[in-house]
Amino acid sequence: MGSMEIKDIKEQILTSQNVCILPETEEDLETKEMILNMGPQHPATHGVLRLVLKLDGEEIVDMEPHIGYLHRGIEKLMESKTYAQALPLTDRLDYISSPANNTAYAIAIEKLFGIEAPIRAKFIRTIFCEMSRICSHLLWLATHSLDIGAMTVFLYCFREREWLLDLFEMTVGARLLTNFARIGGVRCDISPEFVQGLREFTKVFPSRVQEYETLLTKNPIWLERTVGIAQISAEDALNWGLTGPCLRGSGVDYDLRRDCPYDAYPYVKFHVPLGKNGDVYDRYLCRMEELRQSNEIIKQLLDQLPDGQTVADDAPDLVIPTPPRQVEAAGSVASAFITLSKERKMINTGDLYSAVEVPKGELGIYVVSDGSGKPYRLRLRTPSFVHISAMPVLSIGHMVADIIAIIGSIDIVLGESDK
Amino acid sequence: MSENGVKEKQIEIADGVNVIPEANAIVSPLDKAINWVVNWGRTSSLWPMTFGLACCAIEMMAVGAAHNDLDRFGILFRASPRQADLMIVAGTVTLKMAPVLRRVYDQMPQPRYVISMGSCANSGGIFNTYSVLQGVDQIVPVDVYLPGCPPRPEALLHALLYLQQKIKKEGLVWGAWR
Repeated sequence: MGSMEIKDIKEQILTSQNVCILPETEEDLETKEMILNMGPQHPATHGVLRLVLKLDGEEIVDMEPHIGYLHRGIEKLMESKTYAQALPLTDRLDYISSPANNTAYAIAIEKLFGIEAPIRAKFIRTIFCEMSRICSHLLWLATHSLDIGAMTVFLYCFREREWLLDLFEMTVGARLLTNFARIGGVRCDISPEFVQGLREFTKVFPSRVQEYETLLTKNPIWLERTVGIAQISAEDALNWGLTGPCLRGSGVDYDLRRDCPYDAYPYVKFHVPLGKNGDVYDRYLCRMEELRQSNEIIKQLLDQLPDGQTVADDAPDLVIPTPPRQVEAAGSVASAFITLSKERKMINTGDLYSAVEVPKGELGIYVVSDGSGKPYRLRLRTPSFVHISAMPVLSIGHMVADIIAIIGSIDIVLGESDK
Repeated sequence: MSENGVKEKQIEIADGVNVIPEANAIVSPLDKAINWVVNWGRTSSLWPMTFGLACCAIEMMAVGAAHNDLDRFGILFRASPRQADLMIVAGTVTLKMAPVLRRVYDQMPQPRYVISMGSCANSGGIFNTYSVLQGVDQIVPVDVYLPGCPPRPEALLHALLYLQQKIKKEGLVWGAWR
């Protein structure tokens, strides 16, 4: 049988060599389109994003992003929890910058129920937001450059990131998912050691950013891979709903921190970096400048840090449980519980949309309260979700290898997009 | 598998030479030496696959970065399941992701090991919802469970070293059988 098959194959080859098909019309010259599946398990898709690419040779003709591989039902889960209980879930949205998410949620609920956080708490929250912005941008730079091929930057970025995570740990006890902000304040006060450590960081950090820039900004390989890739005009960027550095890279001057300031942002001065061309390189430059600006914001906030309490008096569910020994000292368990039952009933009705500038863009939270103490509906407008929807516009017409640079440049987190 | 369990299954085919049915393992007086060599090789080059799913993946990256430096243990991250010995399931496994995870596991060559990293992979964690798999052990066998939400990089390091100790104790699994 085997010999027969080989014989047949030989004949086929011979006959095909004899019959040479020459292209007669232009249609004969066209290549066939190929469907290529990328992900959900792919080291460069930053999680579990799946892209179905339609290719003509190496050029992308069409593409369709598939999401939902990390859909954990966070919005639905929040409806079954009280407002204070739902807070830890916001950590797991954009897990790279959890303090920013906590703050966004806390601000939305505070606005809905008319709670005012003390000024010191606002400052601490803003410091943490900016620290998390630096953390997020460092991780973006690390993975983005690693995907394109610059391994050294990955190691350098993680060096500074670990420094910041150690500072988080010093205050909160957790490195990554800090769960620090509370409705009406923050969980605990920051220590003088933390302030000192952060001051040291802010002194050193600008030189470190310079170090990354010497590796990348004028590197010919980096320029080759990023300049002119995934260009999007200001009008298109607005129409597709891009926010954050992706929008500013196209030259649209829009930053919620400056345009509708929340928490302690009215007290600081900073510059919003803008790009011109709206390509991968301009978004890179924007984020690099944002790293420096965040550093400046932290410096200003540390200089102006006011004294006072860190939790509003009417904040809900913020009493730390009494340790058992103190319960014994209080006489009975019942009396200990009286000190715990400080919970404020959140029974106002109404709805509200509140948006905050997180490192990825605009994180909007729409809450509907029906007076039951739990959100009737909580809708999250997450930047990554919107950015993924713009993926086809950004990538059509580019090469398959540019997909990696494009995914990196829009800085997506699948936990946030799939919710 | 314990050595006693293996001995019960052995069949003697010649003097001092035993065979385990349905396995490519020949039990000879050289057992201990060969075991030691095989296990030493597997322990010293444990290549995990980058299977980052959610938050824990960030900590998994931190383990690979300069501070915790996995390379000193011979552990290198590989992007392809064909080149990997170990799958670190780092994050929430959703019902949509579960078939993909099983498929990737099947693509890995034997012997293969699984570390379930974080509460979500262990038991579903705080996400007891309609879309989340309540524990990755429902679809793949797990060697080491690592608690935490997310576990610290040191904890993952400990889990990897623990797995290395486990591999060192293995016996008579030289062939494709495990």
